[in-house]
Amino acid sequence: MYDKDKIIPGLIIFFFLITFPLWYNLGQAAYESPKPKLPVNVKKCIEDTEWMRANHMELLNEWRDMVVRHDMTHYVNSAGVNYEISLQKTCMKCHTSKKEFCDKCHVKVSVSPYCWDCHVAPEEVTNGQ
Amino acid sequence: MSAVYSLIIVLALVLVAVVGAGGGGLHALFGVVIPYVAFVVFLAGFIYRVINWAKSPVPFRIPTTAGQQESLKWIKQNKLDNPSTTWGVIGRMVLEILFFRSLFRNTKMQLKVNGGPSLSYGSSKFLWVGAIVFHYCFFIILLRHGRFFTDPVPGCIEWLDKLDSILQIGVPNIYITEFLIVGALLYLFLRRVCDSKLRYISLPADYFPLFLIMAIVITGILMRYFIRTDIVAAKDLIMGLVTLHPKVPETLGTIFYVHVFLVSILMAYFPWSKLMHAGGIFLSPTRNLANNNRMKRHINPWNYPVKLHTYEEWEDEFRDVLKEAGIPVEKE
Ligand code: HEC
Ligand code: HEC
Ligand code: HEC
Repeated sequence: MYDKDKIIPGLIIFFFLITFPLWYNLGQAAYESPKPKLPVNVKKCIEDTEWMRANHMELLNEWRDMVVRHDMTHYVNSAGVNYEISLQKTCMKCHTSKKEFCDKCHVKVSVSPYCWDCHVAPEEVTNGQ
Repeated sequence: MSAVYSLIIVLALVLVAVVGAGGGGLHALFGVVIPYVAFVVFLAGFIYRVINWAKSPVPFRIPTTAGQQESLKWIKQNKLDNPSTTWGVIGRMVLEILFFRSLFRNTKMQLKVNGGPSLSYGSSKFLWVGAIVFHYCFFIILLRHGRFFTDPVPGCIEWLDKLDSILQIGVPNIYITEFLIVGALLYLFLRRVCDSKLRYISLPADYFPLFLIMAIVITGILMRYFIRTDIVAAKDLIMGLVTLHPKVPETLGTIFYVHVFLVSILMAYFPWSKLMHAGGIFLSPTRNLANNNRMKRHINPWNYPVKLHTYEEWEDEFRDVLKEAGIPVEKE
Protein backbone atom coordinates (compact mmCIF):
# COMPACT_ATOMS: atom_id res chain seq x y z
CA MET A 1 0.00 0.00 0.00
CA TYR A 2 1.27 3.46 -0.92
CA ASP A 3 0.80 6.72 1.01
CA LYS A 4 -0.09 4.88 4.19
CA ASP A 5 0.46 8.05 6.20
CA LYS A 6 -2.44 9.71 4.40
CA ILE A 7 -4.75 6.81 3.58
CA ILE A 8 -4.91 5.32 7.06
CA PRO A 9 -5.78 8.57 8.90
CA GLY A 10 -8.28 9.32 6.13
CA LEU A 11 -9.98 5.98 6.59
CA ILE A 12 -10.00 6.39 10.36
CA ILE A 13 -11.70 9.78 10.03
CA PHE A 14 -14.19 8.26 7.59
CA PHE A 15 -14.90 5.42 10.00
CA PHE A 16 -15.60 7.71 12.92
CA LEU A 17 -17.77 10.06 10.89
CA ILE A 18 -19.86 7.28 9.46
CA THR A 19 -20.32 5.54 12.82
CA PHE A 20 -21.11 8.82 14.57
CA PRO A 21 -24.52 7.66 15.89
CA LEU A 22 -22.94 4.54 17.40
CA TRP A 23 -20.43 6.32 19.59
CA TYR A 24 -22.44 9.49 20.15
CA ASN A 25 -25.08 7.48 22.00
CA LEU A 26 -22.56 5.24 23.71
CA GLY A 27 -22.02 6.86 27.09
CA GLN A 28 -25.67 7.61 27.66
CA ALA A 29 -28.39 5.68 29.37
CA ALA A 30 -30.35 3.37 27.10
CA TYR A 31 -32.79 5.15 24.82
CA GLU A 32 -36.25 5.43 26.24
CA SER A 33 -39.30 5.97 24.18
CA PRO A 34 -41.11 9.17 25.22
CA LYS A 35 -44.00 8.62 27.61
CA PRO A 36 -46.44 11.49 27.31
CA LYS A 37 -48.71 11.85 30.32
CA LEU A 38 -52.12 10.70 29.16
CA PRO A 39 -55.37 12.17 30.48
CA VAL A 40 -56.75 10.24 33.45
CA ASN A 41 -60.46 10.94 33.44
CA VAL A 42 -61.15 10.30 29.76
CA LYS A 43 -60.41 7.19 27.75
CA LYS A 44 -60.64 8.26 24.13
CA CYS A 45 -58.94 10.84 22.01
CA ILE A 46 -60.72 12.61 19.21
CA GLU A 47 -59.85 9.88 16.79
CA ASP A 48 -58.35 6.47 17.21
CA THR A 49 -55.13 6.71 19.33
CA GLU A 50 -52.94 5.00 16.76
CA TRP A 51 -54.15 7.37 14.08
CA MET A 52 -53.66 10.38 16.36
CA ARG A 53 -50.06 9.45 17.06
CA ALA A 54 -49.19 9.62 13.38
CA ASN A 55 -51.66 12.19 12.12
CA HIS A 56 -52.44 14.71 14.86
CA MET A 57 -50.60 17.48 13.02
CA GLU A 58 -52.70 16.80 9.96
CA LEU A 59 -55.86 17.05 12.04
CA LEU A 60 -54.72 20.31 13.59
CA ASN A 61 -53.94 21.70 10.18
CA GLU A 62 -57.38 20.70 8.96
CA TRP A 63 -58.95 22.28 12.03
CA ARG A 64 -57.12 25.49 11.49
CA ASP A 65 -58.27 25.67 7.89
CA MET A 66 -61.84 24.89 8.91
CA VAL A 67 -61.92 27.78 11.38
CA VAL A 68 -59.79 30.34 9.67
CA ARG A 69 -60.77 29.73 6.07
CA HIS A 70 -64.19 28.08 6.08
CA ASP A 71 -65.84 29.51 9.16
CA MET A 72 -66.63 26.08 10.61
CA THR A 73 -66.33 25.87 14.38
CA HIS A 74 -67.27 22.26 14.99
CA TYR A 75 -65.73 18.96 14.01
CA VAL A 76 -67.54 15.65 13.98
CA ASN A 77 -65.20 12.71 14.43
CA SER A 78 -65.50 9.30 12.83
CA ALA A 79 -67.60 8.05 15.74
CA GLY A 80 -70.05 10.94 15.31
CA VAL A 81 -69.06 12.91 18.43
CA ASN A 82 -69.12 16.66 17.99
CA TYR A 83 -66.13 18.74 19.16
CA GLU A 84 -65.61 22.45 19.28
CA ILE A 85 -62.61 23.18 17.11
CA SER A 86 -59.88 24.68 19.23
CA LEU A 87 -56.31 23.88 19.94
CA GLN A 88 -56.38 25.59 23.30
CA LYS A 89 -59.88 24.82 24.44
CA THR A 90 -60.33 21.27 23.11
CA CYS A 91 -56.97 19.49 22.79
CA MET A 92 -55.57 21.16 25.83
CA LYS A 93 -58.67 20.59 27.92
CA CYS A 94 -57.93 16.87 28.00
CA HIS A 95 -54.19 17.13 27.49
CA THR A 96 -53.78 19.63 30.25
CA SER A 97 -50.05 20.10 30.03
CA LYS A 98 -48.04 20.99 26.97
CA LYS A 99 -44.79 20.14 28.73
CA GLU A 100 -45.90 16.75 29.97
CA PHE A 101 -47.69 15.76 26.79
CA CYS A 102 -46.87 17.42 23.49
CA ASP A 103 -43.29 18.33 24.33
CA LYS A 104 -42.44 14.86 25.59
CA CYS A 105 -42.63 13.45 22.07
CA HIS A 106 -41.57 16.55 20.24
CA VAL A 107 -38.30 16.95 22.10
CA LYS A 108 -37.39 13.36 21.32
CA VAL A 109 -37.80 13.79 17.58
CA SER A 110 -36.63 17.39 17.60
CA VAL A 111 -39.72 19.14 16.33
CA SER A 112 -40.89 22.37 17.88
CA PRO A 113 -44.18 23.41 16.30
CA TYR A 114 -44.27 27.17 15.98
CA CYS A 115 -47.97 27.12 16.91
CA TRP A 116 -47.10 28.20 20.44
CA ASP A 117 -45.66 31.46 19.21
CA CYS A 118 -49.26 32.63 19.18
CA HIS A 119 -51.41 30.02 20.85
CA VAL A 120 -51.17 29.93 24.60
CA ALA A 121 -50.19 26.72 26.30
CA PRO A 122 -52.27 25.86 29.38
CA GLU A 123 -49.54 25.87 31.99
CA GLU A 124 -48.46 29.36 31.15
CA VAL A 125 -51.97 30.53 31.99
CA THR A 126 -51.98 28.92 35.43
CA ASN A 127 -48.50 30.16 36.15
CA GLY A 128 -49.46 33.66 35.17
CA GLN A 129 -52.45 33.76 37.52
CA MET B 1 -33.48 0.19 -22.56
CA SER B 2 -30.94 0.71 -19.77
CA ALA B 3 -33.34 3.11 -18.12
CA VAL B 4 -36.20 0.66 -18.36
CA TYR B 5 -34.15 -2.16 -16.82
CA SER B 6 -33.10 0.06 -13.96
CA LEU B 7 -36.61 1.25 -13.36
CA ILE B 8 -37.89 -2.33 -13.29
CA ILE B 9 -35.21 -3.31 -10.78
CA VAL B 10 -36.06 -0.41 -8.48
CA LEU B 11 -39.78 -1.14 -8.71
CA ALA B 12 -39.06 -4.79 -7.97
CA LEU B 13 -37.12 -3.75 -4.88
CA VAL B 14 -40.05 -1.65 -3.70
CA LEU B 15 -42.31 -4.60 -4.29
CA VAL B 16 -40.01 -6.89 -2.31
CA ALA B 17 -40.29 -4.58 0.68
CA VAL B 18 -44.04 -4.11 0.29
CA VAL B 19 -44.64 -7.85 0.11
CA GLY B 20 -42.02 -8.81 2.69
CA ALA B 21 -42.62 -6.20 5.34
CA GLY B 22 -46.21 -5.30 4.53
CA GLY B 23 -47.78 -8.58 3.47
CA GLY B 24 -45.39 -11.01 5.10
CA GLY B 25 -44.86 -8.97 8.25
CA LEU B 26 -41.12 -9.69 8.27
CA HIS B 27 -40.46 -6.55 10.32
CA ALA B 28 -37.36 -7.80 12.09
CA LEU B 29 -35.79 -8.79 8.78
CA PHE B 30 -36.51 -5.49 7.03
CA GLY B 31 -36.07 -3.26 10.05
CA VAL B 32 -33.04 -4.82 11.73
CA VAL B 33 -31.23 -7.60 9.86
CA ILE B 34 -31.07 -6.04 6.40
CA PRO B 35 -30.03 -2.56 7.64
CA TYR B 36 -27.27 -4.06 9.78
CA VAL B 37 -25.96 -6.25 6.95
CA ALA B 38 -26.14 -3.35 4.51
CA PHE B 39 -24.25 -1.06 6.86
CA VAL B 40 -21.48 -3.59 7.40
CA VAL B 41 -21.22 -4.19 3.65
CA PHE B 42 -21.05 -0.45 3.10
CA LEU B 43 -18.34 0.14 5.68
CA ALA B 44 -16.20 -2.87 4.80
CA GLY B 45 -16.69 -2.37 1.06
CA PHE B 46 -15.75 1.29 1.25
CA ILE B 47 -12.56 0.58 3.17
CA TYR B 48 -11.71 -2.33 0.88
CA ARG B 49 -12.09 -0.20 -2.24
CA VAL B 50 -9.94 2.60 -0.86
CA ILE B 51 -7.18 0.24 0.26
CA ASN B 52 -7.35 -1.51 -3.07
CA TRP B 53 -6.83 1.80 -4.85
CA ALA B 54 -4.02 2.71 -2.50
CA LYS B 55 -2.20 -0.42 -3.59
CA SER B 56 -1.68 0.88 -7.11
CA PRO B 57 1.43 3.00 -7.44
CA VAL B 58 0.98 6.38 -9.08
CA PRO B 59 4.58 7.32 -9.78
CA PHE B 60 4.11 10.10 -12.28
CA ARG B 61 2.68 13.48 -11.61
CA ILE B 62 0.25 14.42 -14.34
CA PRO B 63 1.28 17.82 -15.67
CA THR B 64 -1.44 18.34 -18.29
CA THR B 65 -4.09 19.74 -16.01
CA ALA B 66 -5.69 22.74 -17.61
CA GLY B 67 -3.30 25.38 -16.41
CA GLN B 68 0.24 26.65 -16.80
CA GLN B 69 2.65 24.66 -14.70
CA GLU B 70 5.42 26.25 -12.69
CA SER B 71 8.14 27.20 -15.14
CA LEU B 72 10.45 30.15 -15.70
CA LYS B 73 10.05 33.17 -13.49
CA TRP B 74 8.35 35.42 -16.03
CA ILE B 75 5.75 32.82 -16.99
CA LYS B 76 2.77 33.09 -14.70
CA GLN B 77 1.87 29.81 -13.06
CA ASN B 78 -1.76 28.82 -12.56
CA LYS B 79 -1.39 27.97 -8.90
CA LEU B 80 -4.81 26.40 -8.40
CA ASP B 81 -5.15 24.35 -11.55
CA ASN B 82 -1.56 23.27 -11.72
CA PRO B 83 -0.09 23.55 -8.25
CA SER B 84 3.47 22.65 -7.43
CA THR B 85 3.16 22.79 -3.65
CA THR B 86 1.16 20.89 -1.05
CA TRP B 87 -0.87 23.99 -0.18
CA GLY B 88 -1.72 24.47 -3.82
CA VAL B 89 -2.91 20.87 -3.97
CA ILE B 90 -5.02 21.37 -0.86
CA GLY B 91 -6.57 24.42 -2.52
CA ARG B 92 -7.34 22.43 -5.64
CA MET B 93 -8.83 19.55 -3.65
CA VAL B 94 -11.01 21.86 -1.55
CA LEU B 95 -12.37 23.56 -4.67
CA GLU B 96 -12.96 20.20 -6.28
CA ILE B 97 -14.68 18.56 -3.32
CA LEU B 98 -16.73 21.48 -2.05
CA PHE B 99 -17.45 23.29 -5.30
CA PHE B 100 -16.97 20.71 -8.09
CA ARG B 101 -14.53 22.91 -9.96
CA SER B 102 -13.92 20.39 -12.73
CA LEU B 103 -17.61 20.32 -13.55
CA PHE B 104 -17.74 24.08 -13.37
CA ARG B 105 -15.22 24.18 -16.20
CA ASN B 106 -17.42 21.95 -18.31
CA THR B 107 -17.71 23.13 -21.88
CA LYS B 108 -20.02 22.31 -24.71
CA MET B 109 -18.91 22.02 -28.29
CA GLN B 110 -21.13 23.42 -31.01
CA LEU B 111 -20.83 23.26 -34.75
CA LYS B 112 -22.58 26.12 -36.51
CA VAL B 113 -23.18 25.41 -40.19
CA ASN B 114 -24.99 28.37 -41.68
CA GLY B 115 -22.55 30.83 -43.17
CA GLY B 116 -19.75 28.29 -43.36
CA PRO B 117 -19.00 25.75 -40.65
CA SER B 118 -17.64 27.17 -37.44
CA LEU B 119 -16.78 25.27 -34.31
CA SER B 120 -17.26 26.96 -30.98
CA TYR B 121 -16.84 25.97 -27.37
CA GLY B 122 -19.16 27.52 -24.84
CA SER B 123 -19.39 27.26 -21.11
CA SER B 124 -22.04 24.79 -19.95
CA LYS B 125 -23.03 25.18 -16.34
CA PHE B 126 -26.28 23.21 -16.15
CA LEU B 127 -24.62 20.00 -15.18
CA TRP B 128 -22.67 21.79 -12.51
CA VAL B 129 -25.81 23.39 -11.09
CA GLY B 130 -27.69 20.09 -11.13
CA ALA B 131 -24.83 18.24 -9.51
CA ILE B 132 -24.14 20.77 -6.80
CA VAL B 133 -27.81 21.12 -5.87
CA PHE B 134 -28.21 17.37 -5.74
CA HIS B 135 -25.11 16.72 -3.66
CA TYR B 136 -25.70 19.46 -1.12
CA CYS B 137 -29.35 18.51 -0.71
CA PHE B 138 -28.39 14.89 -0.21
CA PHE B 139 -25.82 15.93 2.36
CA ILE B 140 -28.23 18.17 4.28
CA ILE B 141 -30.93 15.51 4.21
CA LEU B 142 -28.46 12.95 5.52
CA LEU B 143 -27.46 15.26 8.38
CA ARG B 144 -31.07 16.15 9.12
CA HIS B 145 -31.83 12.48 9.62
CA GLY B 146 -29.43 12.72 12.54
CA ARG B 147 -32.48 13.65 14.63
CA PHE B 148 -33.55 10.02 14.48
CA PHE B 149 -30.08 8.68 15.26
CA THR B 150 -29.15 10.72 18.31
CA ASP B 151 -30.60 11.35 21.72
CA PRO B 152 -30.48 14.09 22.82
CA VAL B 153 -30.44 15.62 19.36
CA PRO B 154 -27.33 17.85 18.97
CA GLY B 155 -28.05 21.54 18.57
CA CYS B 156 -26.50 21.76 15.13
CA ILE B 157 -28.87 19.13 13.72
CA GLU B 158 -31.88 20.85 15.29
CA TRP B 159 -30.64 24.09 13.82
CA LEU B 160 -30.17 22.60 10.37
CA ASP B 161 -33.68 21.16 10.50
CA LYS B 162 -35.11 24.57 11.41
CA LEU B 163 -33.19 26.25 8.64
CA ASP B 164 -34.37 23.72 6.07
CA SER B 165 -38.01 24.20 7.10
CA ILE B 166 -37.70 27.96 7.52
CA LEU B 167 -40.45 28.65 4.99
CA GLN B 168 -42.96 27.27 7.54
CA ILE B 169 -45.33 26.15 4.83
CA GLY B 170 -47.84 23.46 5.75
CA VAL B 171 -47.96 21.07 8.66
CA PRO B 172 -45.54 19.36 8.97
CA ASN B 173 -43.40 22.14 7.51
CA ILE B 174 -42.05 21.39 4.07
CA TYR B 175 -38.30 21.22 3.67
CA ILE B 176 -36.59 23.30 1.00
CA THR B 177 -34.18 20.47 0.17
CA GLU B 178 -37.04 18.11 -0.69
CA PHE B 179 -38.07 20.24 -3.62
CA LEU B 180 -34.56 20.96 -4.74
CA ILE B 181 -33.44 17.33 -4.69
CA VAL B 182 -36.44 16.16 -6.70
CA GLY B 183 -35.77 18.87 -9.25
CA ALA B 184 -32.08 18.07 -9.44
CA LEU B 185 -32.70 14.34 -9.82
CA LEU B 186 -35.23 14.97 -12.56
CA TYR B 187 -32.73 17.16 -14.38
CA LEU B 188 -29.94 14.61 -14.01
CA PHE B 189 -32.24 11.95 -15.40
CA LEU B 190 -33.64 14.01 -18.27
CA ARG B 191 -30.14 15.10 -19.20
CA ARG B 192 -29.33 11.48 -19.91
CA VAL B 193 -32.46 10.68 -21.89
CA CYS B 194 -32.89 13.87 -23.87
CA ASP B 195 -29.40 14.16 -25.30
CA SER B 196 -28.86 11.36 -27.82
CA LYS B 197 -25.09 11.29 -27.27
CA LEU B 198 -25.53 10.95 -23.53
CA ARG B 199 -28.28 8.40 -23.95
CA TYR B 200 -25.93 6.32 -26.04
CA ILE B 201 -23.23 6.18 -23.37
CA SER B 202 -25.59 5.73 -20.42
CA LEU B 203 -25.62 2.32 -18.81
CA PRO B 204 -27.96 0.69 -16.33
CA ALA B 205 -25.30 1.52 -13.75
CA ASP B 206 -25.98 5.20 -14.47
CA TYR B 207 -29.75 5.01 -14.26
CA PHE B 208 -30.05 2.61 -11.36
CA PRO B 209 -28.57 4.90 -8.67
CA LEU B 210 -30.68 7.79 -9.99
CA PHE B 211 -33.88 5.79 -9.75
CA LEU B 212 -32.92 4.28 -6.42
CA ILE B 213 -32.25 7.67 -4.86
CA MET B 214 -35.40 9.04 -6.44
CA ALA B 215 -37.37 6.17 -4.91
CA ILE B 216 -35.84 6.89 -1.52
CA VAL B 217 -36.75 10.55 -1.80
CA ILE B 218 -40.30 9.76 -2.90
CA THR B 219 -40.93 7.26 -0.11
CA GLY B 220 -39.52 9.77 2.37
CA ILE B 221 -41.83 12.52 1.14
CA LEU B 222 -44.80 10.15 1.13
CA MET B 223 -44.02 9.13 4.70
CA ARG B 224 -43.82 12.70 5.91
CA TYR B 225 -46.86 14.18 4.19
CA PHE B 226 -49.13 11.56 2.73
CA ILE B 227 -48.89 8.06 4.16
CA ARG B 228 -47.97 9.03 7.69
CA THR B 229 -46.61 6.61 10.15
CA ASP B 230 -45.73 6.72 13.82
CA ILE B 231 -42.50 8.71 13.85
CA VAL B 232 -41.92 8.12 17.55
CA ALA B 233 -41.90 4.37 16.84
CA ALA B 234 -39.51 4.98 13.94
CA LYS B 235 -37.12 6.65 16.32
CA ASP B 236 -37.50 3.74 18.75
CA LEU B 237 -36.46 1.32 16.03
CA ILE B 238 -33.54 3.42 14.83
CA MET B 239 -32.25 4.12 18.33
CA GLY B 240 -32.47 0.39 18.98
CA LEU B 241 -30.22 -0.15 15.98
CA VAL B 242 -27.61 2.44 16.89
CA THR B 243 -27.43 1.44 20.57
CA LEU B 244 -27.13 -2.21 19.48
CA HIS B 245 -30.30 -3.16 21.35
CA PRO B 246 -32.56 -3.70 18.37
CA LYS B 247 -36.27 -3.74 18.93
CA VAL B 248 -39.15 -3.79 16.53
CA PRO B 249 -42.12 -1.55 17.33
CA GLU B 250 -45.44 -2.83 16.09
CA THR B 251 -47.02 0.40 14.98
CA LEU B 252 -44.73 1.18 12.05
CA GLY B 253 -46.29 1.34 8.62
CA THR B 254 -45.08 -0.51 5.54
CA ILE B 255 -43.91 2.77 3.99
CA PHE B 256 -41.23 3.03 6.66
CA TYR B 257 -39.88 -0.43 5.83
CA VAL B 258 -39.88 0.33 2.11
CA HIS B 259 -37.91 3.51 2.76
CA VAL B 260 -35.41 1.73 4.99
CA PHE B 261 -35.06 -1.20 2.61
CA LEU B 262 -34.22 1.10 -0.29
CA VAL B 263 -31.67 2.92 1.84
CA SER B 264 -30.16 -0.43 2.80
CA ILE B 265 -29.87 -1.37 -0.86
CA LEU B 266 -28.18 1.95 -1.55
CA MET B 267 -25.69 1.36 1.25
CA ALA B 268 -24.86 -2.15 0.14
CA TYR B 269 -24.62 -1.12 -3.52
CA PHE B 270 -22.53 1.97 -2.86
CA PRO B 271 -18.99 0.55 -2.59
CA TRP B 272 -19.31 -1.55 -5.74
CA SER B 273 -20.68 1.16 -7.98
CA LYS B 274 -19.80 4.48 -9.53
CA LEU B 275 -21.05 6.08 -6.34
CA MET B 276 -17.64 5.27 -4.90
CA HIS B 277 -16.49 8.54 -6.45
CA ALA B 278 -17.27 9.85 -2.97
CA GLY B 279 -14.10 8.16 -1.80
CA GLY B 280 -12.38 8.15 -5.16
CA ILE B 281 -12.28 11.90 -5.50
CA PHE B 282 -9.75 12.02 -2.67
CA LEU B 283 -7.55 9.61 -4.56
CA SER B 284 -7.69 11.03 -8.07
CA PRO B 285 -4.13 11.48 -9.30
CA THR B 286 -4.94 14.42 -11.55
CA ARG B 287 -6.23 16.31 -8.53
CA ASN B 288 -4.18 15.26 -5.52
CA LEU B 289 -0.62 15.28 -6.78
CA ALA B 290 1.47 18.43 -6.97
CA ASN B 291 3.04 18.95 -10.36
CA ASN B 292 6.63 19.14 -9.13
CA ASN B 293 8.16 16.96 -11.83
CA ARG B 294 10.76 19.60 -12.54
CA MET B 295 11.89 20.00 -8.95
CA LYS B 296 11.80 16.50 -7.59
CA ARG B 297 12.78 13.13 -8.92
CA HIS B 298 9.95 10.63 -8.67
CA ILE B 299 11.24 7.12 -8.82
CA ASN B 300 9.12 4.51 -10.45
CA PRO B 301 8.30 2.01 -7.69
CA TRP B 302 8.17 -0.94 -10.06
CA ASN B 303 11.70 -0.35 -11.29
CA TYR B 304 13.83 -3.39 -10.52
CA PRO B 305 17.65 -3.51 -10.60
CA VAL B 306 18.44 -4.09 -14.26
CA LYS B 307 21.12 -6.70 -14.98
CA LEU B 308 23.90 -4.95 -16.86
CA HIS B 309 26.45 -6.39 -19.24
CA THR B 310 29.08 -3.70 -19.88
CA TYR B 311 31.35 -3.47 -22.90
CA GLU B 312 34.35 -4.43 -20.79
CA GLU B 313 32.61 -7.59 -19.67
CA TRP B 314 31.57 -8.36 -23.22
CA GLU B 315 35.11 -7.86 -24.46
CA ASP B 316 36.43 -10.13 -21.71
CA GLU B 317 33.99 -12.75 -22.81
CA PHE B 318 34.90 -12.66 -26.50
CA ARG B 319 38.52 -11.39 -26.40
CA ASP B 320 39.99 -14.52 -27.93
CA VAL B 321 37.55 -14.61 -30.80
CA LEU B 322 37.90 -10.89 -31.44
CA LYS B 323 41.67 -11.14 -31.58
CA GLU B 324 41.52 -14.13 -33.83
CA ALA B 325 39.38 -12.21 -36.26
CA GLY B 326 41.78 -9.29 -36.11
CA ILE B 327 39.34 -6.86 -34.55
CA PRO B 328 41.02 -4.28 -32.29
CA VAL B 329 40.29 -4.66 -28.60
CA GLU B 330 40.71 -2.06 -25.89
CA LYS B 331 42.50 -4.24 -23.38
CA GLU B 332 45.15 -6.64 -24.56
C1 HEC C 1 -49.18 33.92 13.77
C2 HEC C 1 -49.83 33.40 14.93
C3 HEC C 1 -50.31 31.95 14.83
C4 HEC C 1 -49.54 30.84 14.65
C5 HEC C 1 -48.05 30.75 14.49
C6 HEC C 1 -50.46 29.73 14.66
N1 HEC C 1 -51.75 30.17 14.84
FE1 HEC C 1 -53.38 29.02 14.91
N2 HEC C 1 -54.55 30.66 15.03
C7 HEC C 1 -54.07 31.95 15.07
C8 HEC C 1 -55.21 32.84 15.01
C9 HEC C 1 -55.13 34.36 15.05
C10 HEC C 1 -56.36 32.03 14.94
C11 HEC C 1 -57.82 32.47 14.82
C12 HEC C 1 -58.52 32.39 16.10
C13 HEC C 1 -60.02 32.62 15.86
O1 HEC C 1 -60.41 33.02 14.78
O2 HEC C 1 -60.74 32.38 16.81
C14 HEC C 1 -55.90 30.66 14.97
C15 HEC C 1 -56.74 29.56 14.95
C16 HEC C 1 -56.32 28.26 15.00
C17 HEC C 1 -57.19 27.13 15.15
C18 HEC C 1 -58.68 27.12 15.29
C19 HEC C 1 -59.21 27.92 16.44
C20 HEC C 1 -58.62 27.64 17.80
O3 HEC C 1 -59.00 28.30 18.76
O4 HEC C 1 -57.79 26.79 17.94
C21 HEC C 1 -56.39 26.02 15.16
C22 HEC C 1 -56.85 24.57 15.30
C23 HEC C 1 -55.05 26.48 15.02
N3 HEC C 1 -55.03 27.84 14.92
C24 HEC C 1 -53.97 25.63 14.96
C25 HEC C 1 -52.67 26.07 14.81
C26 HEC C 1 -51.56 25.19 14.65
C27 HEC C 1 -51.65 23.66 14.63
C28 HEC C 1 -50.46 25.95 14.51
C29 HEC C 1 -49.02 25.47 14.32
C30 HEC C 1 -48.78 24.65 13.18
C31 HEC C 1 -50.89 27.33 14.60
N4 HEC C 1 -52.23 27.36 14.76
C32 HEC C 1 -50.06 28.41 14.51
C33 HEC C 1 -52.78 32.36 15.13
C34 HEC C 1 -51.68 31.52 14.93
C1 HEC D 1 -61.78 14.14 25.00
C2 HEC D 1 -60.45 14.34 25.48
C3 HEC D 1 -59.37 14.50 24.40
C4 HEC D 1 -59.30 15.50 23.47
C5 HEC D 1 -60.27 16.63 23.21
C6 HEC D 1 -58.07 15.28 22.76
N1 HEC D 1 -57.46 14.15 23.24
FE1 HEC D 1 -55.71 13.36 22.55
N2 HEC D 1 -55.95 11.78 23.77
C7 HEC D 1 -56.93 11.64 24.73
C8 HEC D 1 -56.76 10.39 25.41
C9 HEC D 1 -57.62 9.85 26.52
C10 HEC D 1 -55.63 9.76 24.81
C11 HEC D 1 -55.04 8.40 25.18
C12 HEC D 1 -55.78 7.33 24.41
C13 HEC D 1 -55.28 5.96 24.75
O1 HEC D 1 -54.63 5.79 25.76
O2 HEC D 1 -55.55 5.09 23.91
C14 HEC D 1 -55.14 10.66 23.80
C15 HEC D 1 -54.05 10.40 22.97
C16 HEC D 1 -53.49 11.33 22.12
C17 HEC D 1 -52.29 11.14 21.36
C18 HEC D 1 -51.45 9.87 21.34
C19 HEC D 1 -50.54 9.83 22.54
C20 HEC D 1 -49.83 8.52 22.69
O3 HEC D 1 -48.88 8.49 23.48
O4 HEC D 1 -50.17 7.56 22.00
C21 HEC D 1 -52.05 12.28 20.69
C22 HEC D 1 -50.88 12.57 19.77
C23 HEC D 1 -53.11 13.18 20.99
N3 HEC D 1 -53.98 12.58 21.86
C24 HEC D 1 -53.25 14.46 20.46
C25 HEC D 1 -54.36 15.22 20.59
C26 HEC D 1 -54.59 16.44 19.84
C27 HEC D 1 -53.59 17.08 18.88
C28 HEC D 1 -55.82 16.89 20.19
C29 HEC D 1 -56.55 18.11 19.65
C30 HEC D 1 -56.74 18.08 18.21
C31 HEC D 1 -56.36 15.96 21.14
N4 HEC D 1 -55.45 14.97 21.35
C32 HEC D 1 -57.61 16.10 21.75
C33 HEC D 1 -57.95 12.55 24.99
C34 HEC D 1 -58.22 13.66 24.26
C1 HEC E 1 -46.94 10.39 20.57
C2 HEC E 1 -46.05 11.49 20.53
C3 HEC E 1 -46.62 12.88 20.25
C4 HEC E 1 -47.48 13.61 21.04
C5 HEC E 1 -48.07 13.20 22.37
C6 HEC E 1 -47.70 14.84 20.34
N1 HEC E 1 -47.01 14.86 19.17
FE1 HEC E 1 -47.06 16.34 17.80
N2 HEC E 1 -45.71 15.33 16.67
C7 HEC E 1 -45.18 14.10 16.98
C8 HEC E 1 -44.21 13.75 15.97
C9 HEC E 1 -43.39 12.47 15.94
C10 HEC E 1 -44.16 14.81 15.07
C11 HEC E 1 -43.22 15.00 13.88
C12 HEC E 1 -43.51 14.25 12.66
C13 HEC E 1 -42.40 14.47 11.68
O1 HEC E 1 -41.27 14.70 12.07
O2 HEC E 1 -42.68 14.37 10.50
C14 HEC E 1 -45.13 15.77 15.53
C15 HEC E 1 -45.42 16.95 14.86
C16 HEC E 1 -46.34 17.85 15.26
C17 HEC E 1 -46.68 19.04 14.53
C18 HEC E 1 -46.07 19.46 13.19
C19 HEC E 1 -44.80 20.17 13.50
C20 HEC E 1 -43.91 20.50 12.34
O3 HEC E 1 -43.48 21.64 12.29
O4 HEC E 1 -43.60 19.61 11.55
C21 HEC E 1 -47.63 19.70 15.27
C22 HEC E 1 -48.31 21.02 14.90
C23 HEC E 1 -47.88 18.93 16.45
N3 HEC E 1 -47.08 17.80 16.41
C24 HEC E 1 -48.78 19.29 17.44
C25 HEC E 1 -48.93 18.58 18.62
C26 HEC E 1 -49.71 19.06 19.74
C27 HEC E 1 -50.45 20.35 19.78
C28 HEC E 1 -49.60 18.09 20.68
C29 HEC E 1 -50.21 18.12 22.09
C30 HEC E 1 -51.63 18.24 22.15
C31 HEC E 1 -48.81 17.03 20.18
N4 HEC E 1 -48.41 17.36 18.90
C32 HEC E 1 -48.53 15.86 20.84
C33 HEC E 1 -45.48 13.30 18.06
C34 HEC E 1 -46.33 13.68 19.08
